[in-house]
Amino acid sequence: MGPLIVNEIISPETNLFLAFLIGIGFGFVLESSGFSSSRKLAGMFYGYDTTVLKVFFTAAITALLGMLFGSLFGWVDLSLIYINPTYLHSAIVGGVIMGAGFIMGGFCPGTAFCAISIGKLDALAFIGGLFLGILAFTEGYPLFEELYKAEFMGTPTINEFFGLTRGIFSFVLIAAAFAMFWVGEWAEKKFPREEY
Amino acid sequence: MPHILILISNFKHMKEVKKTKYWNPYIGGIMLGLVLLSANFISGRGLGASGALKSVVVSTVNIVAPDHAENATFYKNYNETHENPMKSWLVFQVFGVLVGGFLSGTFAKRLKFKVEHSPKISSKRRLIFALIGGAFFGFGSQLGRGCTSGSALSGMAVLSLGGFITMACIFGTAFGLAYFFRKNWI
Repeated sequence: MGPLIVNEIISPETNLFLAFLIGIGFGFVLESSGFSSSRKLAGMFYGYDTTVLKVFFTAAITALLGMLFGSLFGWVDLSLIYINPTYLHSAIVGGVIMGAGFIMGGFCPGTAFCAISIGKLDALAFIGGLFLGILAFTEGYPLFEELYKAEFMGTPTINEFFGLTRGIFSFVLIAAAFAMFWVGEWAEKKFPREEY
Repeated sequence: MPHILILISNFKHMKEVKKTKYWNPYIGGIMLGLVLLSANFISGRGLGASGALKSVVVSTVNIVAPDHAENATFYKNYNETHENPMKSWLVFQVFGVLVGGFLSGTFAKRLKFKVEHSPKISSKRRLIFALIGGAFFGFGSQLGRGCTSGSALSGMAVLSLGGFITMACIFGTAFGLAYFFRKNWI
């Protein structure tokens, strides 16, 4: 049955229209959870507001469980779902650069789009920066191509990497997420916070 | 006495109503997970954000400097494999994010033009850091093949090894550098 587009149940045009609707849901949930506020997002890294941790990991384990059960019930064919490829070096270096951008800018790209939609001008500056950063990459591409393509590992899943089944790894991840939620709640009690 | 107590509690209640609160983060997380699931179920892929901006960058270069776009490696490869950079799933999805964020902000009465920053820093400093941070994030998202949404969150949901690595590097670096940028936030 799913994914609908790969199984040609919907047309490419319908797929784009549904992308728009999915985006509305995405933006609505981000804004309602407080992701339109850079101070709330940055709070994660100082312990005064761990909303990001809770929303992010709850979303990840919800989607993970949904896929797991969806495939068990035969609703979705996991072999047709896109799995992000792993290029070890660029995944690490790119992630480190993004982390630096996160603590300086207070947004990530998705949350910046969400924040500009309610009038946050710092998000507009961030999006201007994103444009310049992407342009720097595309313009200088020949310089970065080697790093970009280094250590290609295919599309391994993390459970394969550790030699675990999908179900066992998911269970461990969910347990880890609950442990982090507990730490998050503790940190919020310890460090003072205000709503923005 | 009970009347006074009721009055006080009513007054407190009124103050709370005025300010619409954010969702409970766990409810928000479940909703976000369901949005991500629907993207996978319908389109066989996860959510994203930076990819849409890449489409904008490539389109801009195609229009502003067509000769350059024909010769430079990145644009040449991109245009060979993409019919029209703006007719992409992520571009449509990001338009949706703008609408969805706006709707939520409207319902919660949070629509307002402002530069949000810590009282300890000026708006100008906030904007400069936002611009620099954006540039870092934009560059990193291209090198890392996706940002927090496309690589970290969507990657984790499909258990991609690369997604977990990128997620750990983004959050780990931000935690590691937090001390040096503390004046901007606390």
